[in-house]
Amino acid sequence: MAISELPVPTWRRKGKRGQRAAGSTVKHLVLIILSVSFVFPLFWMISTSIKPTYEQMRWPPIWIPNPFDWSNYPQAVQFEPFFHYMLNTFNYGILSVIGTVLSSSVVAYGFARINWPEKNFLFILMLATMMLPFQVTMVPLFILFKHIGWVGSFKPLVVPVFFGSAFNIFLLRQFFMTIPFSLSEAAYIDGASEFTIFMRIILPLSKPAIATIALFQFIYAWNDFTGPLIYLNNQSLYTVSLGLQTYVSSYGTQWGLLMAASTIATLPIVILFFLTQRTFIEGISLSGLKG
Amino acid sequence: MSVEVGRGVVTRRKRNPNPVSKARQRRNRLTGWLFISPWVVGFLAFALFPFLATLFYSFTNYNMLNPPQFVGLLNYKQMFTDPLFWQSLYNTFFYTLIFVPLSTVVAIAIALLLNMNIKGRAIYRTIFYLPSVVPLVASSVLWLWLFNPSFGFIDAFLRAVGIPGPGWLYSEVWVKPALILMGLWGIGQPIVIYLAGLQGVPHELYEAAYLEGANAWQRVRNITLPMISPVILFNVILGIIGSFQYFTQPYVMTQGGPSNTSLVFALYLYQNAFQYLHLGYASAMAWLLFVIILLATLLVFRSSAKWVYYGGEQ
Repeated sequence: MAISELPVPTWRRKGKRGQRAAGSTVKHLVLIILSVSFVFPLFWMISTSIKPTYEQMRWPPIWIPNPFDWSNYPQAVQFEPFFHYMLNTFNYGILSVIGTVLSSSVVAYGFARINWPEKNFLFILMLATMMLPFQVTMVPLFILFKHIGWVGSFKPLVVPVFFGSAFNIFLLRQFFMTIPFSLSEAAYIDGASEFTIFMRIILPLSKPAIATIALFQFIYAWNDFTGPLIYLNNQSLYTVSLGLQTYVSSYGTQWGLLMAASTIATLPIVILFFLTQRTFIEGISLSGLKG
Repeated sequence: MSVEVGRGVVTRRKRNPNPVSKARQRRNRLTGWLFISPWVVGFLAFALFPFLATLFYSFTNYNMLNPPQFVGLLNYKQMFTDPLFWQSLYNTFFYTLIFVPLSTVVAIAIALLLNMNIKGRAIYRTIFYLPSVVPLVASSVLWLWLFNPSFGFIDAFLRAVGIPGPGWLYSEVWVKPALILMGLWGIGQPIVIYLAGLQGVPHELYEAAYLEGANAWQRVRNITLPMISPVILFNVILGIIGSFQYFTQPYVMTQGGPSNTSLVFALYLYQNAFQYLHLGYASAMAWLLFVIILLATLLVFRSSAKWVYYGGEQ
C-alpha cells in the first residue's frame, strides 16, 4: 500500500482534540483579521458615500449611517456624466473582447495544434513581448496614431487588440494543448482542413478558456487608465477611470461625492466578478501553473 | 503515418519512427504561418516598429511640431545631469526593492494559511482577491481618502490610540511607505496563483517529512518552498516588470509630490512626453527603462538556477 493511499495523513491526525481546535481557532482569527483589513477600505468607501459631510468627519466613526443619505449619488452624476462614461467604457470593453477572442484563438491554434518549423522560435518571441514596457512603444505609437488621425477616438485602444494579445494567446495555447491530439488526427483523416478542425472541434471544446480570456480582457479594458489618458482627449469619449481622475482634480475634497463616484465606477466590475468567480479564479490559477 | 501502405513505408519507419509526409509538412508550415499571421502583423506594427522607432527618437530632439532633429547622444548625456531623472530612478528602485520582496512574503504567507485544512477557504480567497478587480483610479481615490491627514480613517484611528499620524501622502518620508501599503492591498492575484501552486504539492512529501520528525517550519522551508519555487519565480518576474512601470497610483494621488518624493520613473517619463513635449528625452528614458527591466529579469532568471526546483522533469 502506497503512502498516498492511507485514509487520512497521520500527521494531520496527531495532537489532542483540544489542541487542534485551538490551532484552528487561531488560524481563523488570523484570517478574519486579514479579511477585515482587505474588505474594510471598500466598506468605508460605500459608508462614506451614503453619509452627509459632517458625519464623514466624526470620531468615533459612524460605521453604518442611519438613515442612509443617498444625495451624494445624484450630485456626483450631475457634476460629471458618469453614465455616459460607463457607456463609453462598456463599448471599449465589448469591442476589445470581440477583438481578442477572434484573434487570440486563431493565433493560439497555430501555436498549439500545428507542427511547423518556426513555431517555437516565434512563440518565445511572443512571450518576450510581454516584457516590453508600455512606455517603450508609447511615444512612436502616439505619433503614428496622431498622423493617421486616430487620436481622440477609441481606435488606438481597440484596433491593436484585433491582432492578438500575448497573454491571452499564451493562456489559450496552454488550454488547446490539453485537448487530445487524436481528435484532430481523426478529423484530418476524414478530410477536414485545419480551419474546420479549429472551428468544429477545438473551439467548442474550449468555451471555458475563451470565457476566461473574454473576462480578463473586459476587466482590463474597464480598469485601463493609461491608454485612455493618452488617447481620449475629448471629454465625450471619457471612460469611468478617466472621468474619476478629472473629478479628483476638480472636486478634490468633497469626499462624499468622490466616494459615490468611485462606488459607481467599481460596482459593475465587482458584480461581474461575483457572477463569474469560478471562471476567473481558475483562469488565474492556470496562468501561473504552466508558465 | 498509417495512411500510407507498402514496403517503402516500412523501411522509412526504421529511420524515423513517426514520419509525416513531405506534402503535409509543407502544408503545415503554410497553415501555421497563416494561423498566426494576425499576431505577426500586430507584432511588426505595434511592437517591433515602435520599439525601433523609440530608439531612433531617443537620438533626436522632437516636440511633434517640428520634424525630429538629430542630436546624437545628447538626451542620454542630459540624463546624467538631470536631478529629477536620478530622483525618479531612485523612487522607482526604492518602490520595487521593497514592494516585490514584501508582497512575495505576504502573499505566500496568506496562501499558506489558506492552504491549511480550513473551512470557508473559497470565501477567504474571494475576499483577498476582491481589491484586485477594483479599478486602479477608484482605489487610488479611496486610499487618498483613507490617508487624508485631517479626516482620513487611518490617521483618525492612530490619533485615537495615541499615535500622531505621519501625514502619509503629504510627508516626504511616508509617501513611499503609504504607496507600498496600498500596493499590498492589491496582491490577490499572486495569492490565488500561490494557492493553486500549493495545492499541487503531493501530500506524501509532508507525510514522509513528518515521519522523519520535521517540524512545521522545517516542512515549509524544505518541502513547500522548493516545490512552489517555479511559481515564486513567475510571480517575482511579473512583480518586477509591473513595479518598474508603476504609474497610475502616483499620477492620481500625488502627481509626484511632495518635493518629487513619489515622482516615479514612469510618471516623469509621461510628463516629459506629454506635458513638456520632450519626446526625444522621453524616448531615451523609455529605452533605459526597457534595458533595466531586461537586466533585472535576466538577473532573476540566472539566480533561479540556484533556488528554483523543477522536480524530476528537467
